[in-house]
Amino acid sequence: MALTKADMAERLFEEVGLNKREAKELVECFFEEIRQALENGTAVKLSGFGNFDLRDKGERPGRNPKTGEEIPISARRVVTFRPGQKLKARVEAYAGTGE
Amino acid sequence: MTKSELIEVIATKQQHLAYRDVEVAVKTLLEHMSEALSTGQRIEIRGFGSFSLHHRPPRIGRNPKTGDPVALPAKYVPHFKPGKELRYRVNGEG
Repeated sequence: MALTKADMAERLFEEVGLNKREAKELVECFFEEIRQALENGTAVKLSGFGNFDLRDKGERPGRNPKTGEEIPISARRVVTFRPGQKLKARVEAYAGTGE
Repeated sequence: MTKSELIEVIATKQQHLAYRDVEVAVKTLLEHMSEALSTGQRIEIRGFGSFSLHHRPPRIGRNPKTGDPVALPAKYVPHFKPGKELRYRVNGEG
């Protein structure tokens, strides 16, 4: 089972002592403020976890995979995530059986 | 925006919480997420995105200084796929 906002709120309730409503709101606010910063064009750097960066991509040729028809992919801004050293090291130590 | 700036923004929006509680909460959230990924668990946040692990098969690398081959074992790396709302908002379609 994937980790969800509900699981995260539950942990804040158990470990930080926020009440259930505060915990739910805080989790919501955490993700919303990261989205807001990225929407404003600001990268978000969470040391120990990773960086959410923005990249501007130019228009490039693409095609409809169903019909094979050529259609340009418009210029766009995208979010990329670069995991930090600490997270990479922890994940690397995971032996598998996952995906 | 850094972690401490994020904590400050959240604290100004959650006036009823002490700054210290917001700080501990944000650190707890990030630790919970890191812990999930490092035990092979996915993270799914609707409207934000999902984090999963991608497998990297073993390969022969090289010591860039000496050019000697080095056997590198298989590993997992964290991967983030932005969700629809985040993709649209970042691209000015929100």
